[in-house]
Amino acid sequence: MEKRVRFRSRWLPWVLIAPQMAVVLVFFFWPAAQALYQSLLSQDAFGMSVEFVGLQNFERLWHDESYLASFKTTALFSVLVAACGLSIALLLATMANRVVRGALAYRTLLIWPYAVAPAVAGVLWLFLFAPSIGVVSHALHTIGVDWNHLLQAGDAMTLVVIAAVWKQISYNFLFFLAGLQSIPRSLIEAAAIDGAGPWRRFWTIVFPLLSPTTFFLLVINVVYAFFDTFAIVDAATQGGPGKETAILVYKLYYDGFKAMDMGGSAAQSVVLMVIVIALTVVQFRYVERKVQY
Amino acid sequence: MVERRPALTLLSHLVLILGVLIVAFPVYVTFVASTYSAEQIAQSRPLSLWPGDQFVATYTRALFGGEGDYGGVKAPVGRMMWVSLVSALVIAFGKIAISLLSAFAVVYFRFPLRQLCFWMIFVTLMLPVEVRIGPTYEVVSQLGMLNTYAGLTVPLIASATATFLFRQFFLTVPEELAEAARIDGAGPMRFFKDVLLPLSSTSIAALFVIQFIYGWNQYLWPLLVTTSEDMTPVVMGIKRLVAGEAYTEWNVVMATALLAMLPPAVVVVLMQKWFVKGLVDTEK
Repeated sequence: MEKRVRFRSRWLPWVLIAPQMAVVLVFFFWPAAQALYQSLLSQDAFGMSVEFVGLQNFERLWHDESYLASFKTTALFSVLVAACGLSIALLLATMANRVVRGALAYRTLLIWPYAVAPAVAGVLWLFLFAPSIGVVSHALHTIGVDWNHLLQAGDAMTLVVIAAVWKQISYNFLFFLAGLQSIPRSLIEAAAIDGAGPWRRFWTIVFPLLSPTTFFLLVINVVYAFFDTFAIVDAATQGGPGKETAILVYKLYYDGFKAMDMGGSAAQSVVLMVIVIALTVVQFRYVERKVQY
Repeated sequence: MVERRPALTLLSHLVLILGVLIVAFPVYVTFVASTYSAEQIAQSRPLSLWPGDQFVATYTRALFGGEGDYGGVKAPVGRMMWVSLVSALVIAFGKIAISLLSAFAVVYFRFPLRQLCFWMIFVTLMLPVEVRIGPTYEVVSQLGMLNTYAGLTVPLIASATATFLFRQFFLTVPEELAEAARIDGAGPMRFFKDVLLPLSSTSIAALFVIQFIYGWNQYLWPLLVTTSEDMTPVVMGIKRLVAGEAYTEWNVVMATALLAMLPPAVVVVLMQKWFVKGLVDTEK
């Protein structure tokens, strides 16, 4: 779609778009190009000598056990976050869509975790699960579960997943609720008249019609688990114990800023950019398809 | 509701109440912890679920800083809240301003490289700050922007989503308005100010809520570009307070956590209508 009526000026559009372009060029394209370039270099920790090494950094990543382990950690983490986050939010949204009384109150009470910073969410859950003083870890001990996320990898993963899901439920909930409310009531009523119960109606009508929303949320949740959960991991486990909860972004940060491996870190940046681009393309394919409906 | 099924309605309410309780539980415990002294928390196994009597003492210490129970001086959270507030406001207003202007340029003007500019803004969606932290940090440090508000905010100000949203919105504005403005002899900026801005106020409000929260909740970026205590935003400050379980003053940490989540939560709850609209409209 294009506008027929336009303003004419040789310089004004440039002035208008200049601030945005300046920020984009200086803080997005320049660093992205730098990352690409640095991924081909090898630099010692003090930045004294630089050497062009071609694709060696990528090759090194490919053979790096801890990097591959980090991939697996990220995959497991994002599958768990997306699966738990989506199913709990769908359950809550379906219920909220049913009730008439108090619908707004429930929505208000359920959406505010969106406002909580991931780092704060990490600290909150860390405190609840702190081995010696935490309320939840104490409760677990009394029922015979030996909780210690500082020592046990599974516990640490559970902790970051819970914090990440807790924070993401409100977002998924809002989208599912909007999706549910856009389903034509006549369809549901017709099915009810035909004698389909709520359970059957949900699986044969509501759930299929909700699939675009679900798919959209799936992509968003994977992106969230990949990138936005850095603060949760850093606040709750610091990637530990060992490297069991070091997701890709955490490893990128650690290798670049703590271990000072610039080339390796830049190569990891490039790999991550490829992943984001792939996810964005998937998302856009979906948006395009949706427009045709 | 399609038919009356009291049992199912009751179940819905029960599930929702359970959901609300789970969502609220960590925050309640946080509040309780912030009403005890650090020693009381360290000695309790586990913490009582009933508030203590140290509310005023803890929050005073958190807000204004000072010497801690275990020695060591704590930075005042009041200052951190101020840094967060300034950063969040600059990011929110900055994003909205430059996105409005560039969307206006792209929709209402025809100039060479127009498509390229739009495409370049759009592609930044694919480059979240997390994947290019190293080089972006270098750029910011070369520009001498470490430990400044500019360094905290400007790199986060470009926004493909906001530009896209405003572009879509401007495209739905009737052509006749621009035509009428032109016939009346109004220049482009006059049209922008008197017609487009008032029409976009709902989108602006919606976007403001989302971007304010985005700015307030930044963590990784401040972690890189600030080293001085004066420029620490509160979300990042919390992490600094957690210093190994035995020496952490959990009461102060929890008070800080509550203070850190209060402003964005208030914004979300008060501006719920716009927030929901902004979220569902921008992302989909």
